[in-house]
Amino acid sequence: MSDIPSDLKYVASHEWIRDEGDGVVTIGVTDHAQDLLGDVVFVELPDVGADFAVGDDIGVVESVKAASDIYAPLSGEIVAVNEELDDSPELVNSDPYGDGWFIKLRLSDESETTDLLDADGYAELCEAES
Amino acid sequence: MKELQIMGQKTALHEKHQQMNGKLVDFGGWEMPINYGSQVDEHHKVRTDAGMFDVSHMTVVDVTGADAKEYLRYLLANDVARLQQQGKALYSGMLNETGGVVDDLIVYLMTEPDVAGEWFRVVVNCATREKDLRWMADHTAKFDDVALTERPELSIVAIQGPNALAKAESVLTESRVKLIESLKPFQGVESEGWFFARTGYTGEDGLEVMVPEEYVADFWQALSDAGVTPCGLGARDTLRLEAGMNLYGSDMDEKISPLAANMGWTIAWEPAERNFVGRKALEEQRHAGAQQKMIGLVLETRGVLRSHQKVIINGEEAGEITSGTFSPTLGCSIAMARVSADVAGTCHVDIRGKLIEVKVVKPSFVRNGEKVFS
Repeated sequence: MSDIPSDLKYVASHEWIRDEGDGVVTIGVTDHAQDLLGDVVFVELPDVGADFAVGDDIGVVESVKAASDIYAPLSGEIVAVNEELDDSPELVNSDPYGDGWFIKLRLSDESETTDLLDADGYAELCEAES
Repeated sequence: MKELQIMGQKTALHEKHQQMNGKLVDFGGWEMPINYGSQVDEHHKVRTDAGMFDVSHMTVVDVTGADAKEYLRYLLANDVARLQQQGKALYSGMLNETGGVVDDLIVYLMTEPDVAGEWFRVVVNCATREKDLRWMADHTAKFDDVALTERPELSIVAIQGPNALAKAESVLTESRVKLIESLKPFQGVESEGWFFARTGYTGEDGLEVMVPEEYVADFWQALSDAGVTPCGLGARDTLRLEAGMNLYGSDMDEKISPLAANMGWTIAWEPAERNFVGRKALEEQRHAGAQQKMIGLVLETRGVLRSHQKVIINGEEAGEITSGTFSPTLGCSIAMARVSADVAGTCHVDIRGKLIEVKVVKPSFVRNGEKVFS
């Protein structure tokens, strides 16, 4: 069974969202997602300052096995990207909820967060997909 | 995850794979480990130390009878008469009448050459097992004395890497160690129902060991205790691609000539009087000049080449990638591609809608841990 921290929110495309306060969230992919991807070898992230709406492509994760798009789980402006992933993409596998984070987003519409899944909801979704 | 529900065939090492946290997936109807945690780590172990693979799903067929040699000289594009020493191995395509590849295989001469009772052992792919067995059986018809015996009770463990021989020898009896030390590359030897061959599919030195299935779990455990890392079929694929070795079904199939699959070296044209299945078609192709060729591609910037991506040379679509991956040894992506034989020039690959320039090399990237192209 994969690790699903209870203090995070989730979306069905296997991203997690951490509320950092002041309308900023950190986003990454879940333990379940990194397990499905296998060894991550490249992560392509957007530029700081770029604006995205929910569901937009914001980047690509390339694993040995396949390429997967990353979708914006919420709308907003990119305020930081994890540059460590350029040299150490394996952090996505080894620490998906910590050093393997992807981006920080300043939300443009905080009401969207009500649509996010909690840990139980996401666990159920993973179960249903298995 | 789907792998928990599959009900494929199991090798005698299935329990070991579960104990060692193998991630089991369907592979040609078999439940096989794709990795035991990290495919990339397993890959590096084989390039720098020693790894082991369960390849018991592959099909072993013994070919016996007074006509065994003549039968194989007819069945295969390579010529088993070239095997002039006991245990020597030969890589060959088994072709159809149009020169397409029915399968690729390894054949071992199990006795001294040209003696009474001379016989051979053939190892073919698992996904093509039924087709191959039928094809092989059908082609015995014109020979009086050939018997084909499948050996499903033999498990196969491939131990590969610079330390593979030493670590394997550390768990074997002194008499078997002596036998193994006597082996040249691409040669095998039988020992009380076991078969040790200095062959592999990784571009490293190592052994492929055929073991009666009742002994294989203990053998696997002993190897693990001796520091040989269990590796899944994921690493096997990145290793073979770095070594420039073809994968049946991806790099060639029944519609592809060995001449278009970098397998020209496996066709024994001489002696000219030897007739083999597919010879006529191949001679016509050779006469007409090759239509397609296999090239190697290296992407020195970010991104991963994948099979079926289009290859564009001098602005025109020239073919597609047959196998592509990230190369853990080189830290960049590599691929094999089949393109029109007559084109040369700047090469691009269409990666998810973007044209990315790639370097063209011979389709071989890593041997014995080292990069082989410049």
